[in-house]
Amino acid sequence: MSEPVTTEPLTTEPLTTEPLVEVEAAVKHFPIRQGVVFKREVGRVHAVEGVSLTVRRGETLGLVGETGCGKSTLARCITKLHPLTSGKLLFEGRDITGLSRSQVRPFRRRMQMIFQDPYGSLNPRRRVGSIIGDPFAIHGEGSRDERKPRVQELMELVGLNPEHYNRFPAEFSGGQRQRIGVARALALKPSLIVADEPVSALDVSIQAQILNLLEDLQHEFGLTYLFISHDLSVVRHVSDRIAVMYLGQVVELAASEELHGRPRHPYTNALLSAASVADPDQAAARQRIVLTGDVPSPIAPPSGCRFHPRCPKAQQICVQQTPPLVARAGDPDSHLTACHFPVEPGEDLTRVTATIPEEERAE
Amino acid sequence: MSADLTPDEARDDAPDTAGVAVAVTPARPEPSPGPAIEGRSPWQLAWIHLRKDRAAMISLAFILLLALVSVSAPLLAHWIGWSPTDQDRTQGLTVDGLPVGPSGRHLLGTDNLGRDILVRVLYGSQVSLLVGVVSTLLAVAMGVLVGLVAGYFGSAVDTVLSRVMDLVLSFPFLLFAIALVSIFGSSLAISVFVIAFFSWAAVGRIVRGQTLSIREKEYIEAARSLGANDLRIMFVDVLPNLLAPVIVYTTLLIPIAIVFEATLSFLGLGVVPPSPTWGNMLSDSLDFYQVSWWFPLFPGLALLLTTLAFNLLGDGVRDALDPRAERLFQD
Repeated sequence: MSEPVTTEPLTTEPLTTEPLVEVEAAVKHFPIRQGVVFKREVGRVHAVEGVSLTVRRGETLGLVGETGCGKSTLARCITKLHPLTSGKLLFEGRDITGLSRSQVRPFRRRMQMIFQDPYGSLNPRRRVGSIIGDPFAIHGEGSRDERKPRVQELMELVGLNPEHYNRFPAEFSGGQRQRIGVARALALKPSLIVADEPVSALDVSIQAQILNLLEDLQHEFGLTYLFISHDLSVVRHVSDRIAVMYLGQVVELAASEELHGRPRHPYTNALLSAASVADPDQAAARQRIVLTGDVPSPIAPPSGCRFHPRCPKAQQICVQQTPPLVARAGDPDSHLTACHFPVEPGEDLTRVTATIPEEERAE
Repeated sequence: MSADLTPDEARDDAPDTAGVAVAVTPARPEPSPGPAIEGRSPWQLAWIHLRKDRAAMISLAFILLLALVSVSAPLLAHWIGWSPTDQDRTQGLTVDGLPVGPSGRHLLGTDNLGRDILVRVLYGSQVSLLVGVVSTLLAVAMGVLVGLVAGYFGSAVDTVLSRVMDLVLSFPFLLFAIALVSIFGSSLAISVFVIAFFSWAAVGRIVRGQTLSIREKEYIEAARSLGANDLRIMFVDVLPNLLAPVIVYTTLLIPIAIVFEATLSFLGLGVVPPSPTWGNMLSDSLDFYQVSWWFPLFPGLALLLTTLAFNLLGDGVRDALDPRAERLFQD
């Protein structure tokens, strides 16, 4: 997970290129219905709009973006908690897009989820032992007595005291609870773990413990992570590659250091400039790119490039045409950007103004 | 502890100047290690809370005593010397044919047929408790099932089941009860069925509402992502979280069912005479309450105390399982 830090652009591919999860043109809309008895659709939330991603076996793919950009929805589509509106989903090379709930069950053993809220994701009325043993019970592995030693083994693995088998979640701290969530996800030895903001509800000191735990487990079991977060420093620390999402679309995808070293999309630039810096001198010296306006409503997303109403570099073409997610001139093939006018290295975005009139932007 | 207290005591006795000096110096006693912290389940905590509620504990004792009495009623009747249907042909009635008041022979007096009221009240508790508990359990089972299904699946299933519950709640109880009994004849089973039929919808609504909020919890999503099927999620993940409100509602429903049963018996629609119930004893006493106060008083008192005890216990249980108190061990 912690590749040697290089200052030059990373052109080397990660260790393996075998795809574990492939998402092709995934679209997820949530209908908005009104009416008491007869509900009619009055609109749609365009949560995920045409995302194509590949998660390679053994890597950690970070997924960043601000609240409401569709990263959690995408994760839930990948773990088949939500059906895709359209698009295709391949897991270990097999198309699992249209599988029913019972058909998808065997795949659930291979992909697990870690949830954001360590308080909400554990049933308060059930004992920890039975929560961690749930995957075994659901997939019919072993009797109650056979499961106990396996559960205690898992508890030890994630740094919990196995003697606390009979306790309730309320008797654990936030960090310990997240360890319970990790143990539950790990029970069936999955190949993919989708971690939906696994540390954002924790204290910073606890965050590091959980991140290190996840890293150790990845080395030990060869896990693949899809790591979702809005915290750029966390994602940078754990990820091999990072995908940046804005309003339901991936706007930039690159190796972690490459993305931090040479961000091409104006939104990525803005995000990185907003990330907190530990050194106060550096923090005072840097220039922030302050975006104007709010994130547009995903019910009626802007035409063309979805970022154009807030983009300092937007021009007429951005309103009309959606830029494809491709490698831009001067970038390695693994660095994809969805932007008509990618930011050049050294360009100062705080001094650029858009060349489209206000009325056009509001569209 | 007493050793730690001595400086404070010394300060109280000492003159003011010394008092200041002493008051500053004593170090806070080290928190005693005390008993080891033991894990308690939410139910254990609720029980600890309930045990401190004196009214609830007295009520619980009363209910347990009542249960004991109703189980051992034949034994008590044998000991007292009258069966519930025995008519005391020599001294059971006055020369005018009126009930006889409390005396050594009949501790709580006799009724209009010369039967011993004490024995009949004791026997009456059998019917009251049986109908109250059985019909409530039936109602709760059905209400939980329907409410759980409606709340969990939502959409069309919910709409249909909710309308059914509305329909049941809008039925006039007495009219329906009279109609049913006139079709099927009055019996204990019919009483239980009628009462259960009119009580389950209220439970169903409560359970549905709770289920609606619980199914949006992240741990339900977690169960789904593990591959649990609907049945398992409903009964393993949702149901344990419903138990608190269901238990509270059950304790509050039992007295209502007991009063329902008494009402049916009072109207002659419940258990067939001469089997004693509190309701039909009250009904029999209607013509005599002006001359024999003991006749309506004792069955009425039994009914009152029983419903009161269940209600107080229900309140206590609700306080013990209160959602705000619950938060103490959820966070």
